[in-house]
Amino acid sequence: MDGQDLLLPLLTKLNALAGGIFLISAFGLVGIRQMLTCLRIYVFQSLLLAISAVILGYYHASIHLFVVAALTIVTKVFLIPWVLRQAVGYESYAKREISQVINIPTSLLLAVAIAILSYYIASPLLTAMGAGVFEKVNLPIGMASLLIGAYTVTVRGEAVPQLLGILAMENGAFFAGISIASNLPLIAELAFAFYVLITVLVIGLLAMRIHKMIAKTAVGEMMALREE
Amino acid sequence: MIDKIAFNIIQVIVVMAFAPLIKGIGTRLKENVQSKRGPSIFQPYRDIWKLFHKDEIVSEHSSWIFRFTPYVVFVTPIFVTLLIPVLTGYPLFFAFMGDMLGGGFILALGGFFATLAAVDTGNPYGPMGASRTRMVGFLAEPVFMIVFFTVSFIAGSTIPYIVQKHWVTPLANFFQPSHILMLLAFLMLILAETGRIPVDSPTGHFELAMIDESKGLEYSGRGAALMKWGGAMKFFVLCCIFLNVLVAPWGLAQGVQYWEVLLAVPLILIKIIIFVFVLVAIESSLAKLRLFRITEFLGAAFATSVVAMITDLFLM
Repeated sequence: MDGQDLLLPLLTKLNALAGGIFLISAFGLVGIRQMLTCLRIYVFQSLLLAISAVILGYYHASIHLFVVAALTIVTKVFLIPWVLRQAVGYESYAKREISQVINIPTSLLLAVAIAILSYYIASPLLTAMGAGVFEKVNLPIGMASLLIGAYTVTVRGEAVPQLLGILAMENGAFFAGISIASNLPLIAELAFAFYVLITVLVIGLLAMRIHKMIAKTAVGEMMALREE
Repeated sequence: MIDKIAFNIIQVIVVMAFAPLIKGIGTRLKENVQSKRGPSIFQPYRDIWKLFHKDEIVSEHSSWIFRFTPYVVFVTPIFVTLLIPVLTGYPLFFAFMGDMLGGGFILALGGFFATLAAVDTGNPYGPMGASRTRMVGFLAEPVFMIVFFTVSFIAGSTIPYIVQKHWVTPLANFFQPSHILMLLAFLMLILAETGRIPVDSPTGHFELAMIDESKGLEYSGRGAALMKWGGAMKFFVLCCIFLNVLVAPWGLAQGVQYWEVLLAVPLILIKIIIFVFVLVAIESSLAKLRLFRITEFLGAAFATSVVAMITDLFLM
């Protein structure tokens, strides 16, 4: 029991640390110009999701969370960057300057406001469900990442960062999900992983088609439909 | 009582004596990374020595501020040294005279006078550098504030001697998310405040691109020596605040014997040299940002510090 007493604060803090850096990487997706760096940050964020899943899985002694961690690493760390590179093509993928609708300091400040807002959204939920120490961190941070991902989609003018925004939303939902539902059935996890891959493939192919048609992927500038 | 005053004086002497050495090591390492031989690590001492023996020329159009500033720049880091733990892990004579915020204000006083003196002479580059330094300064200010709020929020105090104990009792506190993220934000602040690479290039000699250096261009002789020495001490003091107060109190003397305090000197120097290695790695792997990108860099620091504060709210 004594060992447990020492272990729980440490696990809580490590999990919260993973959560804090998870949130910072969500900010990174909003605020960084280089597309490759954005992708690396997304990979890093997924790694943090896996770390949190391992910590929670160790605490709850749940094999499902270890499976979540393994699936996250396989799909998001290895497969998604590869699929994206294949589908989109290197030249639009290694672009340096990404156009933004709002300038970067302002959008970072807005993202900070969103993070604080998500804490207020999550706190009634937390009190309603009588949350433990892990839910208290994971639910607001997951929600913040979800909202910031949605914000990224609206504020970025390029196809690939928008895709990364959608993926960050999914990461956030998962981050919150692993703390609430520690015993998700295996089929749901597999479906999730597969679904994310398909999303990346479809959007990546779409971005490549757009790149072929108009020689850039600045979808933010495409305002009107035109039929040939 | 007498011992504590003596320790305080030892602290001041250590800061004065080793600050140029740390500067020299940093410069040498950076040149080595660029596969150059670089100046000797004792070069800053020789520079200061040489400058003290040269004539001082003061423009006749300048006011008393210009002549007064080198002394302010030289003395303010010494005052801060009295407030913070440089060698000992327990409070010394002046420890409760001011907290970290007070130390920040004293350092800011030196910066304020340096800015005024740069504007004072009418040199075209001085005011430019001064206004740029102010720009970086006021962008860094909110981050400083949030970091100090976070510290006082978590540790329940802003007295450095109390704060440093909090991080390691128990050791799990060290991995507290707000601690690590606050360190990250403060590291970005140190880079901005001491004029290092993502914000400013300290070795650049092109006046139009200068931020920090151009403020001291008009000084010669003893004034220049004091400015240089004061700048080196400011960096040393900021390193001490970062490493001893905010990271962890490892290596500080816990006992009251003289040999324990003197043993802390090499330990602290090793700590700072390791930190200088980290800084050199950062400086050598990043490019200098354009002037208007600095807002983005410090905006990122601000976001980090806010996350440090709110993740602590989550844990409550």
